Amino acid sequence: MTRSNDRRRSYSAELIESGITPPLLSARNLCFEMQGQPLLQSVNLSVRAGRRTIVIGPNGAGKSLLLRLLHGLIPMTTGDIYWKGQRFSRDAQSAQAMVFQRPVLLRRSVLANLKFALKVCGFVGPERARRVQDALRISGLMDVANRPARVLSGGEQQRLAIARALVCAPELLLLDEPTANLDPAATSYIETLIDMASGRGITVVMVTHDQGQARRLADDLVFLQDGRVEGTGVASDLFANPRSEAMKAWLDGRLHVRREEM
Amino acid sequence: MDIGVLFLQSFGLISNWDSNLSEIVFLSLQVTVTAVVLACLLGLPIGAMVGTFRFFGRSGLILGMNVLMGLPPVIVGLVVYLLLSASGPMGVLGLLYTPFAMIIAQTVLVTPIIAALSRQVIEDLWMEYAEQFASLGVSRRARIFALLWDARFSLLTVVLAGFGRAVAEVGAVMIVGGNINHVTRVMTTAIALETSRGQLELALALGLVLLIVSLVVNIVVMAFRGTIVRGAYA
Ligand SMILES: Nc1ncnc2c1ncn2[C@@H]1O[C@H](COP(=O)(O)OP(=O)(O)O)[C@@H](O)[C@H]1O
Ligand SMILES: [Mg+2]
Repeated sequence: MTRSNDRRRSYSAELIESGITPPLLSARNLCFEMQGQPLLQSVNLSVRAGRRTIVIGPNGAGKSLLLRLLHGLIPMTTGDIYWKGQRFSRDAQSAQAMVFQRPVLLRRSVLANLKFALKVCGFVGPERARRVQDALRISGLMDVANRPARVLSGGEQQRLAIARALVCAPELLLLDEPTANLDPAATSYIETLIDMASGRGITVVMVTHDQGQARRLADDLVFLQDGRVEGTGVASDLFANPRSEAMKAWLDGRLHVRREEM
Repeated sequence: MDIGVLFLQSFGLISNWDSNLSEIVFLSLQVTVTAVVLACLLGLPIGAMVGTFRFFGRSGLILGMNVLMGLPPVIVGLVVYLLLSASGPMGVLGLLYTPFAMIIAQTVLVTPIIAALSRQVIEDLWMEYAEQFASLGVSRRARIFALLWDARFSLLTVVLAGFGRAVAEVGAVMIVGGNINHVTRVMTTAIALETSRGQLELALALGLVLLIVSLVVNIVVMAFRGTIVRGAYA
């Protein structure tokens, strides 16, 4: 206990001494193993407040695992996660919202899905009604508000999942491949919604395996492959000048074969 | 006796529906519906909690619940009889050979069915919801209510299974109710009695009524489910 407190203080102190405000979220030497198999290895990354950080990489790289770890849903094997320079806690989790790769919608109407989230974070009465209306408006789901969520189209479901994640005004929005199964029109709608969220000052961390999307949306970039960060930094720099052979290969569209399969 | 004639006679009896028959049908429904409601109040929360919480002895409890689903009614009847009989621990209440005794016996019989089947239904739904609920920060209490509500359509089928078991059951209500005319005579005990007396057309008439009652209850519940679900629920 004392040790971890010391460590926490020293990390914050270190940042403040160097004149840097701590990033909203950061991971230091994050490792995750399952049944002795390392799935994430020494991941270091920083998420800057108010920016869009895009995590890219091939299938099976560990992108979804990383997002779950950053959201505190699964415990890391070793390493540290910091929220505003403090060790990750329950409060950090409630300041974040996550949209899963396969959106999990309640077996209720669109409206009831939004109300449920608002009730959980403590909004009632007219404020809740106002937020529900806002969510329906930005997601374009006003006309289907009373329809069961699970009969919506894929694009509508994903919009609802994002709108529901936004109703409680999180500081950080985590998105796991929100457009993976959508056509270009639906994808574009989702991207507009994400734009709008960051326009409201919400920090976004989004996973995608779509290069075009990463180029459109990224402020900062994290390139993940085989459970390792193979490049991270400001997106425009990194796209222009990929720092690792792995990332260059991926950007060129050269197929990557996982190490253990070679 | 010719089966065809028997059927005709029993239809005749049903068409001459008398107050005695209504009394028996009404008491049957009263006892069974009360028992099923009580069993739901007990069994659904148990099922939901066992389905979503992790605790020591959980698999043993699930095994126990599944075994109790197949509890022989006569054994339930015997145990409830021993509890309620004059010399038993609850003898002072004087409940033996009253409809209350039958309600208790059927509740004991149906609760494990509701609990065990709803546990499975809720657990399957929880697999899907768990991460999202963790992310939203849903409390344990709110989780139980949300899961019971979202599983409501599957749970209706569970409740119907419990109803079917209770309404058709004869052993337990016979032992603790005593099949007393105008007091504890229900459809199943009346059928058993009339058959043993050789009043086959009356027994068959009651049997048909029992079938019709079960059918109507199922149709009503399924129609109710259908109106809400139709085209709407995936
Ligand atoms: N629950 C799990 N058990 C075992 N292996 C898992 C589990 N979840 C993920 N993995 C493995 O971890 C690796 C990374 O998975 P994931 O994070 O889903 O990749 P992606 O980058 O495609 O999102 C994969 O090889 C996957 O098989
Ligand atoms: Mg993934």
